[in-house]
This record gives sequence, structure tokens and C-alpha cells, in this order.
Amino acid sequence: MRKWIFALGIIALYNACKFNSTTKTLPIYGNRQAVTKIVNGQSVTDTVYQTIPPFKLINQYGDSISDKDLNGKIYVADFFFTSCPSICPGMQRNMLKVYDAYKNTPDVKILSYTIDPKYDSVKVLKAYADKLGVTGNTWWFIQGKKDDTYRLAEKSYLVAVSRDTTVPGGYVHQGYFVLVDKQKRVRGSYDGTNTEQVSQLIDDIKILKAEAPALSGQ
Amino acid sequence: MKLKVIIGMALLLAIIVISCQNGQSIEFDRYYSSGSLVYESRCQNCHGAKGEGLQGLIPPLTDSIFIKKNLHALPCLVKNGLRGKVTINNRDFAEKMSAVDLAPIEIANVLTYVANSFGNKCGTINVEQVQSELAKCK
Repeated sequence: MRKWIFALGIIALYNACKFNSTTKTLPIYGNRQAVTKIVNGQSVTDTVYQTIPPFKLINQYGDSISDKDLNGKIYVADFFFTSCPSICPGMQRNMLKVYDAYKNTPDVKILSYTIDPKYDSVKVLKAYADKLGVTGNTWWFIQGKKDDTYRLAEKSYLVAVSRDTTVPGGYVHQGYFVLVDKQKRVRGSYDGTNTEQVSQLIDDIKILKAEAPALSGQ
Repeated sequence: MKLKVIIGMALLLAIIVISCQNGQSIEFDRYYSSGSLVYESRCQNCHGAKGEGLQGLIPPLTDSIFIKKNLHALPCLVKNGLRGKVTINNRDFAEKMSAVDLAPIEIANVLTYVANSFGNKCGTINVEQVQSELAKCK
């Protein structure tokens, strides 16, 4: 009996320490500017962060998807194509872990942008999703114009990546998972082929979920 | 005292096991361990670390009946890739597998690894076997 109480004490202590260390916040990536506004006669300076710009695309069900569908949602974005023989299977295997962790959580979504919209029609995307075992509306496989997708990728999503790497251009093909918060700001990027980084992503989503909307600005 | 005896016996046993390893099993080990490296760099991304495949997209390598039955066809399959339907573990797969550019010895290594991992047990597939199969590729 005593031993049990002792063990419980240890566990409680351990959890207490752990709790302190999880009150971490994620960085906000991208450009930012200070904007001074006059509110109630007083000048207030606020930071405006870079966000994902409006877009309109088609998902695997043929439904039109826009940035408005992601209002108030945390989501993970990646770039792939269905006929990709190299890194994509490993990425999607890892993305399935994210999917399994959050498929019943309505405010978390996954967006996989195809970078080969010519081949990846709605039909092809649906068949791909079916074969992956993906149902419902948690994980969207989406297609738009190739140029738009590339621009969105490089200028908006992969800002966190391009800051860290010296290799220009090829980020789109490097299998990054980009984490976007409820205000459409990039909060993290993870190597989608690396299982440890993907576990980190799954944990980091919890941090974003716990973030109070008032604290996170805008 | 007792501990010493146990350690001594364990050592003796280990020596016997090691020295009894014949040439064949050394050859197997060499193929198998080289094969695991080839697998890791060329196959694992799609077929998975445990040969589990990927849902309905990429077949697993755990169908030991299929592996055993198609052992002779595997060298050409690796070299030239695969198109068309295959049935693995009673499930149909129709995605294309691209050709894997490997030397015959690497094919022998990786096939020895796959055919003796993930629940498969087919023994060594040596480079001579692979070369004779490759000569017959369509």
C-alpha cells in the first residue's frame, strides 16, 4: 500500500513538472508590420502578421473550397501528387498519423495540395483518398491552377522553410508539413518524411488548440 | 560462485554457436545485412519499415505465400517495376511500381532481406540466381 502511494506521488510530481514545460508557445512565421491605429481617440500600435491569402480550390469530392471554410480551424498543409514515386508515400504514411489523431476533431483539418493538377483530377484524387482509407471532411485533397498552387506554396506556406534553407526553389518537393493556426498564420513547418518531427507536429497542434483566441491577436 | 558458472556456460554456448556457423549461414548474413541497407534506402519509403505497405495504395511485403511462389519473378519485378493488378493478402493493388535501378548483387541482397523478413523465410537468394532470372526478363 505504502509503495503504491509513493509511486503515485512520483507520478504526480512528474506530471506537475511536465505541465509546466508544456505551456510553450509556437513562433509566428512570415513578415510582420506594426500598424498604428486610432482607437477611441488613443493611438494603439498593433502587430499585423502575414496570413495565408484567400484562395478557391476544388477538393476530392468536387466541392469548391475556399479560405472561408478554414475560418477558425487549425490545419496542416502539404504538397504532393498522386503519381509521386519518391517521397510522397512516406509523407502520406506520416500524414495518416496526423489524420488518425485528429479525424474526430472538427476544428483540425488537413489540406493536401496537388502540384500536378493536370493528372490529378477530382476523380483521381477521390480514388487516391479512398485507397488511403480517408473518408469524411477532415482531410481534403485539393487541386487548383498549378501556378497558383506554386505561388501559394512558396510565398505563403513555406515562409518558415525558406527562411531556414539555402536551397532556393525546391521546397515544394521537399515534403514539408506546414501548420497554420486559426488566424491563418504559419506556426510551424515539419519534415513530413521524418516520423519524429511528425510526432512533434501532432503535439504542437495541441498547443494551438489550447491557445486562447484573445491572446493570439487579431 | 553460481554466477561464474552460469557466465562460463553461457560463454561456452556462445562459442559453440559461433564456431558451428557454417559458410552458408555466413553468406546468408552477408546478403541479409547488405540487403537491409538497400531496403532502407530504396524500398522503405513506399513499402514501410516493417514491410507494411500503405493502405490500398502500396502492397505490403508480408504475404509469405506470394513471396515464396513468385521468388523467381522478383528480380525482374525489382529491375523493371510493375504495372497491372496484383493480389496480395487477398487485396487487389493496381498502382504502378517504378523500376528500381540496382546492380544484380544489390537485387540479391535486398531480395534475401525481404524474403527473410516480415514473416517470410525463403533463405538466401544469391547473385547467380538473380543473374539467371534477369537474363530471362521480358
